[in-house]
Amino acid sequence: MTTTVEPPAGPGAAISGKGIIEAFKRSAVEFIVSVPDRVTSETVLRGVASDATLKLVRVCKEDEGVSICAALSFCDKRALLLMQNTGLLDSINALRGIAVEYQLPVVMMVGLLAHESAAPPAQSKSYGARIVTPILDAMGIAHEYLHSAGDEQRIAPAIERAYANSTPLVLLVGRSPI
Amino acid sequence: MMKRDQCLKLIAKYHRDELVVPVYQATFEWLAIKPEAPTFTAVGAMGQASSLALGFALGAPDRRVMVLDGDGSLLMNLGSLVSIANAAPGNLLHFVCENGTYEANGGHPIPAKDKVSFTGLALAAGYREAHEFSELDALEAALPGILRARGPVFIDLKIVPGETYPQDWAYMHGTESREKFRKALRQSHA
Repeated sequence: MTTTVEPPAGPGAAISGKGIIEAFKRSAVEFIVSVPDRVTSETVLRGVASDATLKLVRVCKEDEGVSICAALSFCDKRALLLMQNTGLLDSINALRGIAVEYQLPVVMMVGLLAHESAAPPAQSKSYGARIVTPILDAMGIAHEYLHSAGDEQRIAPAIERAYANSTPLVLLVGRSPI
Repeated sequence: MMKRDQCLKLIAKYHRDELVVPVYQATFEWLAIKPEAPTFTAVGAMGQASSLALGFALGAPDRRVMVLDGDGSLLMNLGSLVSIANAAPGNLLHFVCENGTYEANGGHPIPAKDKVSFTGLALAAGYREAHEFSELDALEAALPGILRARGPVFIDLKIVPGETYPQDWAYMHGTESREKFRKALRQSHA
């Protein structure tokens, strides 16, 4: 089943990078697997890299991360794959085979490159951002759109659901966190 | 040149409780040769065995992990050599069955067959050790030491197909094999 909860439109304050990292920890996420994403680079990935309580696994390509997160779930270790939408699009076959068909809790946070708008991703002016949620819907992958201050609160419950149901999850970040 | 199933039988002889991640033909042969081994079956994800193995190695540092990769599969995920070397899991052994073909897809040659050096790639990526074997005697002599070595270790097996084994695709992709693996992994932690 696919769920999308859109935030209220409007500029407002951006989501907090520190709040995102705290949500990872509240969710018992231990490993962050990443190829750098321009949207979350400064406030999330740098924060993760300097946080001794999180284990950062740097990979060359995002589909590697799909497999690493899936394998960690067998070891009862929670992980999150941090990447941008280009990496998500490049990883579709790994997601199809390992996350969806094998029903594994692969949790991803995906920066929407060139979106930077209050509009829902499907209405983005950027083609690369606009096609993401229709593709996820077609694949049956749950997604949440995180855009404004306070949206950090939706991260931990979504991750809990992904692990409880053993299903993949994509957390979309619409603009650079502060 | 060695036959693949002969190599796998040798590996099975020295295998203890290592987690095993085989691909394609090696999966069917390994499952027939050592059905009791904790084996994770995943085929069709385009070279992801090495990345799955890295995840198991990081998540279960008290277990040794053995990936039985293919040359065509590894070429689809060459970056994983660098990612593995960077993570440097001491418990990861990366075997590659090199037959120079996409055996499961019609036997067409891989790019740069007989030119590419897989051990050269692994060492350049930063693996601690890389070994290459084309003779069974040499492989058997080295295996006990390799299985104890600190990883990541890369082992290139120059092979040709061996005997034909049953191909149970339903088991390969079904939940039973993965749940069996999960149970074996959890029992080891208990």
